[in-house]
Amino acid sequence: MVVGQIPAQQAAEFSVDLPRRKAVGWVFIALGLLSILFALFILLLLLYDVVHRGLPYLTWEFLTGFDSRFPSRAGVLAALAGTVYMMGFTILFALPLGIMAAIYLEEYAGDSWFANAVQINISNLASVPSIIYGLLGLQVFVRVMGLNRSVLAGALTMALVILPIIIVASREALRSVPPSIRDASLALGATKWQTIRHHVLPYAVSGIMTGNILAAARAIGESAPLIAIGALTFVPFTPNSPLDLFTVLPIQIFNWTSRPQEAFHDVAAAGIIVLLVVLLILNSLAIFLRWRFRTQF
Amino acid sequence: MASIRTHFEQQLRELQDDTLVLGSMVDSAIASAVDALKRRDLEASNRVIDEDNLIDRKRWEIEQRSIMIIATQQPTASDLRFLYAIASIITDLERMADHAEGIAKISLMIGDNPLPKPLIDIPRMCDVSRSMLRRSLDAFVNRDAEGAKAVAQEDDLVDALYDQVYRELLTIMIENPRTITIATYLLWAAHNLERIADRVTNICERVVYTVTGRMEEINVSKY
Amino acid sequence: MTVQDSTATLLKSTSAHHSPSTYYHSMAEADTVISVRNFSLWYSKKRALTNVTIDFPRNQITALIGPSGCGKSTLLRAINRMNDLIKGVRTEGNILIDGNDIYAKGVDPVEVRRRIGMVFQKPNPFPRSIRENILFGAKINGYKGDYDQLVEECLRRAALWDEVKDDLNKSGLALSGGQQQRLCIARAIAVAPEVILMDEPCSALDPISTLRIEELMRDLAKQYTILVVTHNMQQASRVADNVAFMLSDDVTTGMLVEYGPTSEVFTNPKSKRTEDYITGRFG
Repeated sequence: MVVGQIPAQQAAEFSVDLPRRKAVGWVFIALGLLSILFALFILLLLLYDVVHRGLPYLTWEFLTGFDSRFPSRAGVLAALAGTVYMMGFTILFALPLGIMAAIYLEEYAGDSWFANAVQINISNLASVPSIIYGLLGLQVFVRVMGLNRSVLAGALTMALVILPIIIVASREALRSVPPSIRDASLALGATKWQTIRHHVLPYAVSGIMTGNILAAARAIGESAPLIAIGALTFVPFTPNSPLDLFTVLPIQIFNWTSRPQEAFHDVAAAGIIVLLVVLLILNSLAIFLRWRFRTQF
Repeated sequence: MASIRTHFEQQLRELQDDTLVLGSMVDSAIASAVDALKRRDLEASNRVIDEDNLIDRKRWEIEQRSIMIIATQQPTASDLRFLYAIASIITDLERMADHAEGIAKISLMIGDNPLPKPLIDIPRMCDVSRSMLRRSLDAFVNRDAEGAKAVAQEDDLVDALYDQVYRELLTIMIENPRTITIATYLLWAAHNLERIADRVTNICERVVYTVTGRMEEINVSKY
Repeated sequence: MTVQDSTATLLKSTSAHHSPSTYYHSMAEADTVISVRNFSLWYSKKRALTNVTIDFPRNQITALIGPSGCGKSTLLRAINRMNDLIKGVRTEGNILIDGNDIYAKGVDPVEVRRRIGMVFQKPNPFPRSIRENILFGAKINGYKGDYDQLVEECLRRAALWDEVKDDLNKSGLALSGGQQQRLCIARAIAVAPEVILMDEPCSALDPISTLRIEELMRDLAKQYTILVVTHNMQQASRVADNVAFMLSDDVTTGMLVEYGPTSEVFTNPKSKRTEDYITGRFG
């Protein structure tokens, strides 16, 4: 310690008390650790409950069979296929629309009143309850456009739900591109579009993909808007065309849990496991993509 | 003006003060050398020769410090000109001291021999040169370019006195060839003084450079 | 006395011959590339440049110096119209490149920027290979020549070739800071600009890398006209042929105070304010 070298009268003005200052820090660390342990504990409890109840039903027959009146013969195939089918279309609609809107808003719209109005509306839309989109989808896609309760109607509705999330996430990714990269490109005589195409998008792509996949994950877990447009709860077939009737995992799970037989609740748990695995796969994909683009150079 | 380089300025001020100290050492060496010559005080002449070492040492010390400042402070503009002037001025001062030492040595060479005539114009040359020296250093301290130019003009006066000494000694030598040796020695002494005045004009040129940034010959000596 | 007289005359004439002014190259003789005429610039309501008039001579390095906020970077960015990218920028006056006003109606800033290259404060290579870094500018501007040859030539001119020739496919970001900045210089010259603007190109580099860049600048000045903004007075005195000192005071923001050959500005500035700034007695 160099305290001895400090002039006495100056040292007197400080009350160092390092132990107390460090103790405050330790208390904070302990509180943070407790919070995360609490959250983990609840999560593990839920997982345990689901796995414990659902695992016995999680058989090959469960994955390849259709729903049934008997818990032991109930299968998840229709819901799984419906989810995959619908999500494919959802991404097909939402991804290009969302990314292009984000590029326009972030790179071209500037600071005009129009851009600001759009910005505020998108932020609001992102927090609108999804049931509202369901009602909109019911009116526009199911009734006016006559798409019926089809995969296409569901996908379009779901695209509406996640569009604001995709736009917000993509804009965030675009905004994180360092201005120095844009400057470098523009200073070489590149046009604005060349700069976006060759530098901004490649730089932002991992962020954009991550945002998009997380939005898709959210869509997979949504049931409210699909219930609103009237997706079926008992579907003994896999959809063959975009205009076929369909169901999805959350609806199927919801359906099983609301049946009176106790055994169906365990079937629901098995369905939840399938849903969780699908989500896990998507999240891993997001992580992989981010890593892939980041380690490109 | 609120300066943010007080340490640097302090260093420059100390350098200038030391240059003035060196100047006054040289000034008194010139005075003592001529005085000893006039009074035929060989002991005093010897002292002048001894003390030249002190002047040399002082000069090296100042030079060393200005090099250090140039290396560490990267002076520009007037600071750079000032430091360059210091280096140049102390060289001139040191050479003046060598001329004073030369006069002292001439005094020793004359030894016990009588002077062919009492010294009048040589002490006058000495007075004028010393006054020029002092005023040139004043001009340096006051950053007075005009003053420096005026001082340099007085070199003509020293040149004229030298002319006079030269003609007078020549006459004496012609009249009495036995005086030739001593008279020649005195001529050397006068020449040393003439060179001292020339060195003063060099200092004046440095003052003008420090102040205006222009390098110019302000009075070319006749000799 | 005749010998002495003639010697004196000789001395006089030689000293006149060696008078400092003859050592300074004359800027008036040099051919002007960029001519800034009575140029003013505002960021929205805030004025950043006031009636700047200055000529930059061809194949010379001109350093723009001055305290922060004096407008030197703004002036630099006005010359390749990078300021256009900032919202609310308004200009008055003209900037002529080879006699053509780049602020005239119908002039596309994109074309201006190809002719006026720029190197930034922090090295900003694209997160791509060294080769791609250099080729990007050439490709978008429709370069028809041989790519490999171009890469080698630019890297050689930027004194980087020997260090990277074996891994041109390595990421530009894998290079050291000084190498990255030289890569940025190589990238800038790949589109064959006439002028290279450098905005404090060494401020993020260590002293040795800085000296290498300065050496490179002296080399490049044989072919290009270089304008460099720097806070480092020693750097300005080392590399620049001419120095422009800019300043903002209570009344006027972003004005040109003094402009002249480096040797003159650093030994005998005309303006008291330049003197105060370069000797470190500002304020």
